[in-house]
Amino acid sequence: MSGETALTLKGVTKHFGGITVVDRVSFDVPVGARMALIGPNGAGKTTLFNLVSGVLPIDSGFITLAGAPIENMPPRLRVRAGIARSFQNIRLMPHLSVIENIMLGQHVQVAGLASLLSPIAWQRRSQWRELALSKLEDAGIDVDPDADVSTLSYGLRKRIEVVRALMSEPRLLMLDEPAAGLNPRETMDLTAFLRSIAQDGPTLLVVEHDMSFVHELCDQTIVLNFGRIIYQGPTRGVGDDEEVRAAYLGRRRATREGASPAA
Amino acid sequence: MSGYVSGIFVILCINLIFAYGIFVPAATGQINLGGAGFQAIGAYSAAWLSSVAMQPVWITIPAAMLIAGMVGFLISFPVLRTRGVYMVLATFAFGEAVAGFLLWTQFFGGAIGMVVPAHIELPVIAICAAAVTLFSFYLMATRFGMIARAINDDETVAVLMGVNVRAAQVAAFAIGGALAGLSGALYAHNFSFVEAQYFNSFLSIYVLLFVLIGGVQTAWGPLVGTLFFTLLPEFMRIGGSWRYVVFGAAIVLMMALRPQGLVTRALIDSLSLRRSLARRSATGG
Repeated sequence: MSGETALTLKGVTKHFGGITVVDRVSFDVPVGARMALIGPNGAGKTTLFNLVSGVLPIDSGFITLAGAPIENMPPRLRVRAGIARSFQNIRLMPHLSVIENIMLGQHVQVAGLASLLSPIAWQRRSQWRELALSKLEDAGIDVDPDADVSTLSYGLRKRIEVVRALMSEPRLLMLDEPAAGLNPRETMDLTAFLRSIAQDGPTLLVVEHDMSFVHELCDQTIVLNFGRIIYQGPTRGVGDDEEVRAAYLGRRRATREGASPAA
Repeated sequence: MSGYVSGIFVILCINLIFAYGIFVPAATGQINLGGAGFQAIGAYSAAWLSSVAMQPVWITIPAAMLIAGMVGFLISFPVLRTRGVYMVLATFAFGEAVAGFLLWTQFFGGAIGMVVPAHIELPVIAICAAAVTLFSFYLMATRFGMIARAINDDETVAVLMGVNVRAAQVAAFAIGGALAGLSGALYAHNFSFVEAQYFNSFLSIYVLLFVLIGGVQTAWGPLVGTLFFTLLPEFMRIGGSWRYVVFGAAIVLMMALRPQGLVTRALIDSLSLRRSLARRSATGG
């Protein structure tokens, strides 16, 4: 770890009507970290993702990406600045094929009218298609690249969404419940894949309920409850924290909570 | 070719170009119910340039396209501030405003209309229709076309992929305006006469139906929709007045049975030889 921060939040607050869903949240995500964001339903985890990616504007506070302020930046420019994300409920484009969905993720790499107007659908050997195919292969996804995404299993679509997010070569990759709905085998594959890409790739910020997945993947954890941070520190210490156990993990040890047969 | 058949072909070609003018913005999720307005701008631009400015068709037609495209570009800014049914209403209002303006402006002949001296025949119109069809297929095969479909599917996610949704929609609206303008210019030069009453709201509704019932997922949609709806009423002439009833019933049935349009990507895939061969070799080992 270089000591630099990939993402910094300072006093970030968001209200929905009279309800404060994110309440003066401040934290740093160091470059190269694999950080988890956990907490009960409604704690504000997805809202926080929406604030960082720009889907929702913040009410107050500051967000910086690698030191540069982004809280007033339009979402499409935040992608160019290096933020990519996936979604809790899969949001692949239903009328685009697998490979087209991946190639859509390349959009920020595409420069100029000429590449925008070259007929990629007719080019079986374009550099864009080859790159997208190789990324699918790296992720261990073996599907017909021209298949309709709606014909694929939930687990496959979930992993394709991660690959799509990676195509912009982000410095910060935010994954919203990447392991939800995956079978133990797929979860293990995903863990291995994410560990491998995080080696010298993007900093990871992951919302997840599967605690064994969190323990496998993430070295640091932030726990949110009612929009406020109640724990911030190493993942291995999260199960010993009284407040976290009361609010989220319950009486049992964190490692056993949500443990899957793969663990 | 008899006058009747070539007449139908002319209408078919003009309708096809017009339909692609509605299709291009529709592919990015924008419903334009003011198509007749853009066609009227193209027709009147060509008519004025031909009859008053005495310009040849190789000037009047490109100029008509350019003018209608510029209007499409400018009008897209207020229109894109609206969504869904409000966008439909805004574009409808635009079409009506254009027709009203032309009807009440003496400069463009008012209710009397304008005579268009330079005449063009079917071959030129057919070449234009073929060129526009090819252009539309090409456009949908580019990354721009892919982005258009992505915006139509999920605008929020398209933005989070870094897509400048507004720019793509403005471009699509301008291209659509130019194509609708081209169809108007060809109409003016073939019928040798333009009048504002022709470019009414029924025309806007029909061309939108061609596109929506044909399907907006691929460039095949407007082609099939236009062929179907231009030729069907002709074949049904033998039925007398009942043809309107049958025609209306056919539209309702299609909307009920195939709301996504007659031609979908899945349909194209299942008909595509390349894909079915690839699948066979994959499953056959």
